[in-house]
Amino acid sequence: MKTIKVSVVTPDGPVYESDVEMVIARTQSGELGILPGHIPMVAPLQIGAVRLNKEGKTDFVAVSGGFVEVRSEQVTILAQSAEEADEIDIERAIRAKERAEQRLHEQKRENIDFKRAELALQRAVNRITVSEKHL
Amino acid sequence: MASLRDIKNRITSTKKTSQITNAMQMVSAAKMNRAEANAKSFVPYMEKIQEVTASIAAGSKDVGHPMLTSRPVKKTGYIVITSDRGLCGGYNSNILRAVYQTIEKRHKSSEEYAIIAIGRKGRDFFKKRNMNVILDIVGVADQPAFAEIKDIASKAVGMYSDETFDEVHLYYSHYVSAIQQDVTVKKLLPLTDISTSSKLTSYEFEPSAEDILEVLLPQYAESLIYGALLDSKASEHAAVMTAMKSATDNATDLINSLSLSYNRARQAAITQEITEIVGGAAALE
Repeated sequence: MKTIKVSVVTPDGPVYESDVEMVIARTQSGELGILPGHIPMVAPLQIGAVRLNKEGKTDFVAVSGGFVEVRSEQVTILAQSAEEADEIDIERAIRAKERAEQRLHEQKRENIDFKRAELALQRAVNRITVSEKHL
Repeated sequence: MASLRDIKNRITSTKKTSQITNAMQMVSAAKMNRAEANAKSFVPYMEKIQEVTASIAAGSKDVGHPMLTSRPVKKTGYIVITSDRGLCGGYNSNILRAVYQTIEKRHKSSEEYAIIAIGRKGRDFFKKRNMNVILDIVGVADQPAFAEIKDIASKAVGMYSDETFDEVHLYYSHYVSAIQQDVTVKKLLPLTDISTSSKLTSYEFEPSAEDILEVLLPQYAESLIYGALLDSKASEHAAVMTAMKSATDNATDLINSLSLSYNRARQAAITQEITEIVGGAAALE
């Protein structure tokens, strides 16, 4: 089967690099599947899991924002933070989730901190789900 | 001439100082290597994001974004990256002098500029002179993670977007080699000169070029700040290393010359004693 090169890059260095058959990412306008030979494209990503299908298996990478860049021979995901499923610190994610939930309860709506807590919660939940999928 | 004991005390204390500076030199050498590696691992991200930004900005000239267009400058923001500690030679003072002179030259009142200080030395310098420091962050780790700087970076970018600033300059020390670091000034915002060496690709945008720029440009500006921080961390450790190396060398020189005068003084004392004994013996005969 045809494959396409994928790299997930963050400011702290490359996180994932491999040749895969299909990349599935959640962009801001919806789920997007990328096969080899896709037209060059750029799309911003939501906080979510990127799925990478490879030889009948699926790798998961938790991505916090950023965007995906597609070229004919390569897909690059540029994110401010990203972790492969088996590298997620689940304890930390659970703690972050609890902290964010607590903050959401305390704060009144339409606050900047509220929005930040909400994003933190999304990131934590994303990490937890990705890590569970891996197990 | 100083007494034997005085000289001996000075030799001992100089030796102790040189032990400390020598240790600091080795610690910074190790830290510098790691900081250099960090700066290197950031390069692929930076190159990629630059390439994409350049492609989009060049491919869609008609797309206006406030971060890409210059506007009349009423207030300028200065982001200044310094270290938290001294003992690093001219590292901090070079940067601070450059910023200070620029501000003195360009601005008449403190209304016209604001400073964002990363690092204790810079913050203290400007606070002491009652200059307008609006944001500061101290205690950045030697191996900073992106998360540590993200907050201040996005605040800085946000202040440009909500027109608190009309332009933002970045002052930091660029790491050239272990013995050379240059003070560098970068115009961070507006992003008027995005250039890339590789060929530009024309992309499809999903949902639209405007929406992409909305996400991409702040991320690009933030990563420029982070890149500058990594660069200046490497410079900082290099500067500490060089400063401590010359301190150790100076201490060694000092110890050598002190030992010489110690031995002279000792010899003189012995000679005098012999003369006294001989003189005494002669007097008895």
